[in-house]
Amino acid sequence: MGRLKTIARRTFLIGSAAVVGGVAFGVYTVRKPHENPLTAGAGEAVLTPYVKITADGITLITPRADSGQGVYHVQAALIAEELDVDLDQIKADPGPPSPAYWNTALAAEAAEFLVPAAGMMQDIAEGAVNSVMKVMGLQITGGSTSVPDQFEKLRLAGASARETIKAVVAEREGVAVADLTTASGNVILPDGQKIPYTSLAADLAGAEVVQDVPLRDPSQWRYIGKPMQRIDMLAKSTGTQGYGIDASVEGMVHATVLMNPAQRGGMSDYDASEALAMRGVKAVVPITGGLGIVADNTWRAFRAAQAINVTWEDPTFPLEQAEHWAALEAAFTPDAQDSQKRNDGDVDTALSDGEVLTAEYRAPYLAHAPLEPVNAIVRVDDDRAEVWTGTQIPRFIQANVSRITGIPADNVTVHVLMMGGSFGHRLEDEVVKQATEIAMQMKGTPVKLTLSREEDMIHDFPRQIAMARMRGKVANRQVEALDLGIAMPSVMASQLSRQNQPAPGPDSQIVAGAWEQPFAIPHQRVTGYRAQQLAPISSWRSVGASSNGFFYNAALDELIEAAGADPLEERLRLCSDPLARQALEAVAEMSGWSGIGGMANGSKTGRGVAMTKSFGVHCAQVIEVTDADAGLRIDNVWVAAEVGRVVDPVNFENLVQGGVIYALGHAMNSEITYAGGVAEQSNFDLNPGMRLHQCPNIVVRGLENGDRVLGIGEPPVPPAAPALAGAIWAVTGTRLREMPFNKSVDFV
Amino acid sequence: MQLRINGTLHEVDVEDDMPLLWVLRDELGLTGTKFGCGIAQCGACTVHLDGVAVRSCQTRAIDAEGADIRTIEGLGTPEALHAVQAAWLTEQVAQCGYCQSGQIMQAASLLAENPQPSDQEIDDAMSGNLCRCGTYPRIRAAVKRAASLMQEG
Repeated sequence: MGRLKTIARRTFLIGSAAVVGGVAFGVYTVRKPHENPLTAGAGEAVLTPYVKITADGITLITPRADSGQGVYHVQAALIAEELDVDLDQIKADPGPPSPAYWNTALAAEAAEFLVPAAGMMQDIAEGAVNSVMKVMGLQITGGSTSVPDQFEKLRLAGASARETIKAVVAEREGVAVADLTTASGNVILPDGQKIPYTSLAADLAGAEVVQDVPLRDPSQWRYIGKPMQRIDMLAKSTGTQGYGIDASVEGMVHATVLMNPAQRGGMSDYDASEALAMRGVKAVVPITGGLGIVADNTWRAFRAAQAINVTWEDPTFPLEQAEHWAALEAAFTPDAQDSQKRNDGDVDTALSDGEVLTAEYRAPYLAHAPLEPVNAIVRVDDDRAEVWTGTQIPRFIQANVSRITGIPADNVTVHVLMMGGSFGHRLEDEVVKQATEIAMQMKGTPVKLTLSREEDMIHDFPRQIAMARMRGKVANRQVEALDLGIAMPSVMASQLSRQNQPAPGPDSQIVAGAWEQPFAIPHQRVTGYRAQQLAPISSWRSVGASSNGFFYNAALDELIEAAGADPLEERLRLCSDPLARQALEAVAEMSGWSGIGGMANGSKTGRGVAMTKSFGVHCAQVIEVTDADAGLRIDNVWVAAEVGRVVDPVNFENLVQGGVIYALGHAMNSEITYAGGVAEQSNFDLNPGMRLHQCPNIVVRGLENGDRVLGIGEPPVPPAAPALAGAIWAVTGTRLREMPFNKSVDFV
Repeated sequence: MQLRINGTLHEVDVEDDMPLLWVLRDELGLTGTKFGCGIAQCGACTVHLDGVAVRSCQTRAIDAEGADIRTIEGLGTPEALHAVQAAWLTEQVAQCGYCQSGQIMQAASLLAENPQPSDQEIDDAMSGNLCRCGTYPRIRAAVKRAASLMQEG
């Protein structure tokens, strides 16, 4: 996806390709952006299919993987908007899972679109490290510049397919195209006769594609902007939605792994004799960093794993949590400076005299912990391999399975299945590598590998650990200077290393959510420091901004307090972007903001406010907390997010509420800490996140003032923790500078 | 041993202490019941034993023998929804949906026992079921909607 952003919108060209029993419509992408795509040769452009019509039905190819954010649904709706099909008439398919439909070129390009993460990785490889996870829980596809393109491109594919269908019917029936209409998957003739699209599959296969179809005016939209029923909602309300963990392949065996509990450490010796004698156990096989246990039932494999004695090697990272923090503390040096993307005014002079405030903030490692434990089915034969798994990176999986088995990538088929959550977790593919290593030792037998919750959580590749140091100054009841340094290991370097990819240049995630904030503090500097690589880490919902949104807003709050100003009023005064201002004004209005309340007013209820711009989205939140007898209770959250266009208001609200809950739950009570090189939290008893009884009322407003359509999966996360911290300060007078907050306060 | 599941008797050859969850999923292919944590902390594996919600990951197969076991597959179907499922659909609760079988079974059990639960009773009954996507506001609304649907009959 990365390269698309360099292409002007109008360089898309709709094409078609014959598929078994029908036709696929899609978009040519241009390999060489400087050439006129209209003259691009066959070698320079490949079709990305979006609409497939066969006698059996209409399939909308929704190539972004769905981890719960409803992206299959949203993509289908965008196509259906122009194609004139009803959402209950179509099947949404992520693409290559049905390889019989696709020729090689189609599959390759569909895979390209399937793999937003790969696009991100490609951006990084090209030095554009500013492009980040476009993957997790996004309203459409991602928070970056490819989104407006996707928003238009899917509709273009639908429109072109519709007009091509009409042209075919017009010629066959001897009527003018203008006299034809379309509705609900039918072409309607002037006499009212309906011709189903599916009956035209054969005629369409050789048809010339109608180009340059104007898109409908928003006033004509049937789907976009209106509440829809998500296409997966019925299956997900009846237990009939199949996830990766539910998949079954003829003749498969059940497996689990016992890995070095210190992530990515090795194994020196093991004794599996007891396990091998247990009922149903078929094999115990060594794999990289541990053992695969194969049985005829998942539970029997789990139980056998517990009966194996292994001598593990130490990991390559520091064993104790205190050493991890020490590594971050040591990183605030000129030598470790990774970036200084903001340096306004004259910070050094401003802080050279008068009273300088200082503070230090910490954000812990955090497991992603989607509720479906990671799993994969892999079958390896002599000359081919097949993978079934819920993943965001099928193309990396294809490459990795090829590398591990020596089987050419063309002979490795990856079936992408529905994911039971991700939050970034399924940007990793260790489970597939493990299943492949086991399957290689029992060729021809499909191996279904399911991790126990404990194996999954302690090997989660958690969110980065991070620290910030603030120096600042106020004058005349205003924030005058902010010097914010942020230290963390590089998420991108860690993540890319597992895909054998380089991560050149600075890692913009170290300062994302801090350096680009729309506040015009006269003297302002944001410096990123790259700490040494510690435990392996991975992108966690909103990535760098998940820690930095807290650091920036918490630092701002302390300065505003010192200035004696109101946190919302002072943010508005400093605000340098009209879209940000509108978001702040929206939450002020929604919450009826009249100050922070709390102790200053002799009240047990107080409020905090925060705003973070991340993934292009300005997201402002006001959070209200009551100091109740049983602990702190979060009563209300008001959220306003500027996304340009809300595609489906129901799904939008659900995603925003979910993002807030995910952020608040982790800010309240979750962390991963290491002892002896092993994560100390291995299940939800020690790492619960938010539970229903703790859930506040959350009021959501989508703002559509901007001209870019932006994703919403991640932006609600960064401002939630600092808004909560602000509210807690209002009711307790305690400044919380380290997450999780239950280190310092008790929650209901 | 014999297990009565959704009204049908199944003969299974398993250890007494195999959790019901894994009998359902791996022995009988009833995958609507989900594995989330294995220690009764998440509720994804919730089924009914004689109408009462239990965590099937902590229910030994032998202890389910003789009981009337109901799973999400036996609660309702896409064609004939249980009131709780109808409410879940109307409120559009699910995101990834992985926890929702357990949430729905928990809610159905609550409403069978207490047709008009208060907000506090809903919170108490549903707080053992984790939703990592954070659909809690919609779960609350759907439980209330289901209660009124059942009231209307």
